[in-house]
Order: sequence, then C-alpha cells, then structure tokens
Amino acid sequence: MSALLHEPVTVMATDTSVNGTALAVLIILFLVVTVLGFSAARFMRGDNLDSLDEWGLGGRRFGTWVTWFLLGGDLYTAYTFVAVPAAMFATGSVAGFFAVPYTIVLYPIIFVFMARLWSVSHRHGYVTSADFVRGRYGSRELSLAIAVTGFLATMPYIALQLVGIQAVLEVSGVGGGDNWFAADLPLLIAFVVLAAYTYTSGLRAPAVIAFVKDALIYLVIIVAIIYLPTKFGGWDHIFGAAQDKMATTNEATGKPQGSFVPGDGQMWAYATLGLGSALALFMYPHSITASLSSSSRNTIRRNASILPAYSFVLGLLALLGWVAIAAGTQPIGLDGEANPQLVIPQLFEDAFPAWFAGVAFAAIAIGALVPAAIMSIAAANTFTRNIYKEWINPRATPKQEAKVSKLMSLVVKAFALVFVFTLDKQNAINFQLLGGIWILQTFPAVVFSLYTRWFHKWALLVGWAVGMVYGTVQAYQVINPATGKHFGGSLDMIPMIGEMGYIALTAFVLNILVTAALTLALRAAKVDNGTDETTAYDYQADADDPRVAKDLQEGTTALGAEGV
Amino acid sequence: MSSGSESGPTRDVVPANKFMLVAAGVLLLVPVVALMWVGSYAKIEPRLWNIPFFFWYQFLWVFLCSAMTYSAHRLVLAARGLDGQGKRKATHRGDA
Repeated sequence: MSALLHEPVTVMATDTSVNGTALAVLIILFLVVTVLGFSAARFMRGDNLDSLDEWGLGGRRFGTWVTWFLLGGDLYTAYTFVAVPAAMFATGSVAGFFAVPYTIVLYPIIFVFMARLWSVSHRHGYVTSADFVRGRYGSRELSLAIAVTGFLATMPYIALQLVGIQAVLEVSGVGGGDNWFAADLPLLIAFVVLAAYTYTSGLRAPAVIAFVKDALIYLVIIVAIIYLPTKFGGWDHIFGAAQDKMATTNEATGKPQGSFVPGDGQMWAYATLGLGSALALFMYPHSITASLSSSSRNTIRRNASILPAYSFVLGLLALLGWVAIAAGTQPIGLDGEANPQLVIPQLFEDAFPAWFAGVAFAAIAIGALVPAAIMSIAAANTFTRNIYKEWINPRATPKQEAKVSKLMSLVVKAFALVFVFTLDKQNAINFQLLGGIWILQTFPAVVFSLYTRWFHKWALLVGWAVGMVYGTVQAYQVINPATGKHFGGSLDMIPMIGEMGYIALTAFVLNILVTAALTLALRAAKVDNGTDETTAYDYQADADDPRVAKDLQEGTTALGAEGV
Repeated sequence: MSSGSESGPTRDVVPANKFMLVAAGVLLLVPVVALMWVGSYAKIEPRLWNIPFFFWYQFLWVFLCSAMTYSAHRLVLAARGLDGQGKRKATHRGDA
C-alpha cells in the first residue's frame, strides 16, 4: 500500500517562468499581513506581553468567534490546501480522502473529552496537557514525556506548512537556482517574517491575521469550487478522468496508480488513517491552546457542532486534486522534476487570470503561516512550562518565562526547517501523519486520566515509551520505492489483522495493552500512584465558578473576562 | 482515588439524568462507527448528480454528524438541568 503513495508524474510541459502579476499580488498581500502581524500586539491587549499568559494565550479572552477562527486555523492549513489535494492527485482516495472522515469524527471525539479538560484546566490554571498530567498524578516524569512529545510532534506539522509556502513560491516562479541557498531563499525570508512577528506579538498575531486569512480563503474556495469543475467538464468528467488515471498501471511498482474508491485490502488503511488522525489532532499543543483559550466550557461543545462545516469544504478541496487530473495540470518544479505538491497552485495559475492566481497564492501562503505561528507558540509554551520551569529553572520570573517561550518558538520552527530539508517532500501529507504517530501516544495519559485514575502513572509512562519506539521504528522502515528514503509513508501491516493500517493506531493499541497490563501488576504490588490534586467537581466547572472566573481573568486588568 | 484536599471548596458534581447521557453517547458514537465501517460505503453506485456513492455519502455525514453532535450537546445540558447557555435553570447556585 505504501507503494501507492508516491508515484512519479509524467513530465509533458514545463512553465517555470516568473508570473509577474501573481507574484506582485502575493507579495502585496503578504506585506499587508506582515504589518497586521506586527501591530497585533495591541489587539485586546492586557498589561504587557512580558507574561506568558499574555504572549501565549492572548490573555485567555477569546470568545466563540475568535476561538472558531483559531480552531479553523488548525484545520485550514497547507494540509488542506496543498497536501491532501496533492495526495488525491497522485494516488487517489485512500491517500487523501480519508481526511474527510477524519475531520468528521473529530468532533464527536473532542465533544466527549475537551469540555472536561477545559474545566479542570481552568480550575487549576493548567495551560498544557502536561500541566494536567502533572496535577493528576503529581508525576514530573510523565508530564515531561507529554511535553517532549508535543514539542517533537509539532515539528513535522510546521514543516508541512513550510512545504505549502514553498509550493506557492515555486509555482509563482521564485526560489529556483543552482545552489541550495538561492533555491530556498524565498522560503527562508517567509520563515524569518513569520518568526519575527510571532516573536513580537505572540498569539495575537495569528488571531488577527486569521480574519484576513479566512476571508481570503473563503473567497478563493468559493470561486474555485464553483468555477473550476464547470470549466473542466463537470463532475461527471472529473470523476471519469480520475477513475481512468487511478486504474492505469504504475511502471515502477506494476500496481495500479492509485485508488478511486478504497478496494479490498484498503478498508483498514482508510479507516485507521481517519480515526488515528482524529484521535491525534486534539493532543497537539496548539489544538489544546486554542480550546483552552475559549471563554467557557460551552463554547467548545457549541463549536463542536458548528465546525463540521469545515469538513465539507475540506472534501471539496480534496476533490480539486481530481479537478487537476481532468484539467491536465502538470505540476513541474523549478528543477524540472514532477512534484505533486505543486498541483493546486499550478491549477490556479493555469485556470485563473494572473491577479486572481496571486490572491489564491496569498490565501495558501497565509493559510500556512497562521497555523505555523499558532503551532510554534503552543509548542514553545509547553517547553517553557513543563521543561524549562519544571526541570531547568524552577524560580523563573514571568518575564524570563515569556523570553524562553519566544526563543523556543524560533527553535521549534528551525527544527521544522530541518524536517523540510531532510524528509521526502513529494508526499507532504506524510509529515502530518508522522507527527500523528508520536502525538497519539500521549492520548492514554491525557484523555483516560480525565475519567479515571485506575491507570498507573508508571504504566502510562512505559506504555507511552513502547508506543513511541514502535511507531518511530515502523515509520522509519517504510521506504519510498521511488526515492529510497526512509520515513516514506505511514502505513504498515497491522499485526494479527494482516492488513495495512496507520502505524499511529497500531502503536496506540500496543501502548494501551502495555499500560493496562503494567497497571494490573503495579496495583497488585501496591506501588504508589502519586497524589491527585483534582476533584470530581473540577471536571464539570464552568465559567460561573469563582476559581474558573479568576483563572479566566488572570492577566487581564480593566477589560474583564468576557470574550469578544 | 485520592481526593484533592488542597483544591479549595469542594462542591458536588451536578446530578445528571443517566438515560439522557447514554442517549447523547450513542448519538456521538454513531457517526464514528458509520464512517469507520468503510466496507459499507466503498462503492461507486448509486450515483447522485453524477457523484459516486463513496463521495456523496461521506459529504452527507458532515451534516448528519453536525446534527447529532448538536443534539448530544442539548441532551447533555438537559441531563444536567442547564439551559442553552450552560447556566443552571434552578435558582440555587451552590456555595459560591
């Protein structure tokens, strides 16, 4: 199955010239957003950005709408715009369309546990999942494991955003060249701008830019999904073209090019990719930050019933990968090689007038910058609270904390660049799947512990370690047949079931089995399971609870705790 | 299970209607089971407006899941005697 995920695309035509108009529009919009990003420091501002609460959580003053935009920022990313359609274009529905069931089942799942996490977090002032685990078991070690995983797993996810920005720049004709420095220079410039305004404005930057981003994205999406299918012969023709392409034999593997609908032996892959991704998403530090920055417990559940609107559009965007098949789009990079990641920008450049292609490019680029900023801030918060303050400098002042967070937001992005430069970019969706393998291993310690303290802290730690090692080794062993690189995919044989499945979910099941077995042993041996600082009531408290209200007000002075 | 002795005034958990909570749980579980059962929809016919079954069926679930999640939300509120804003309907508000 992994062989299906990376196929060379036949090279027929090459247009690598600079698209002047599109590039100009892209640069202008990018500059507007940059100015907004730097001036965002004043948006709903509290005391100062020197405290971690202000910089990293926007003073926790975000109501339903801002939270909706922030959560949307987690979903409408380069993943949606670049990686998923590219996977659809290259190898079909099992590789790409699983994102639709993934983002549908996501909401029932977060509905169940996120409200409890919100309540207990605001009763005790937790900002990260590692904070919660620390409070629930009094375990610094388990908390460290959660924090490190969050930091690590965010890197490939940010890398995916950078690949998205690079795709847009490449199609608009900049970034080529003979040496690697010239080739990657535009990406590095975008990276520096992102890093700079994140550094100065914190979470306010992406929150303000998110409005611009969503306006641009909706404009582009509406135009694209109404105009493009009609232009290229209607859905009947588009599905026909996709079906034909997926049925052709791939010369490298001797197997079909891809899947039109999942066939025999692909059902488990499709289901586990969807479920594994859904369980993983709200374990990422940035998703937890976005959820906790909402102003009431109810906001989260109400949002859980509105947010599926995003999934519908995501499905249409996925199908744009097949519109590109019908349109005969040739995603050729500036190096003359085929690169499926370029397919959507290329489709826009071919089908739209240059100025609108520029708007679309800006939507994609900004749509990648916003989540990259949110993700790096959240990962940095986790590092500061659960690694720096807990293990390195327990006496850190709020000012020192904010400073370390700002620096770490740069470090996590720098590591993301390393992922971009070393891993296989032909299959960018795999970046997100790799992050999912890691982050899903924190699920038992965080979510199970919201309901019960039956599981033993040491068992949870060992189960986590087993899942991490198993998942990483299995993912390393997946070799891309086209390039021979490791970490070439995220599917592997599920033991006992004997079908291909998402490694994250297999590792997750292994994690749970180890945790449960060890818990039985440790409980039988009466090993101490730490001290719990939470009570049953903590898990249901809402904004009207005095301690929650106090927590919501923290960092705010005159403005009060109500959202916008 | 040790209880938190230092976590301030401990208040009672709001008593909830078990039946309504279970019903909400079922509403949340149905979309997950339906979409994970890939074999039930991995087919091309019947088409709807030329769109193969596999695709329109999943798009349909966006709306079904949204409706079910919203119903579950209202059920959970009702089970705990809360109104649409999550406020207690009764006048007593605990020992705040």
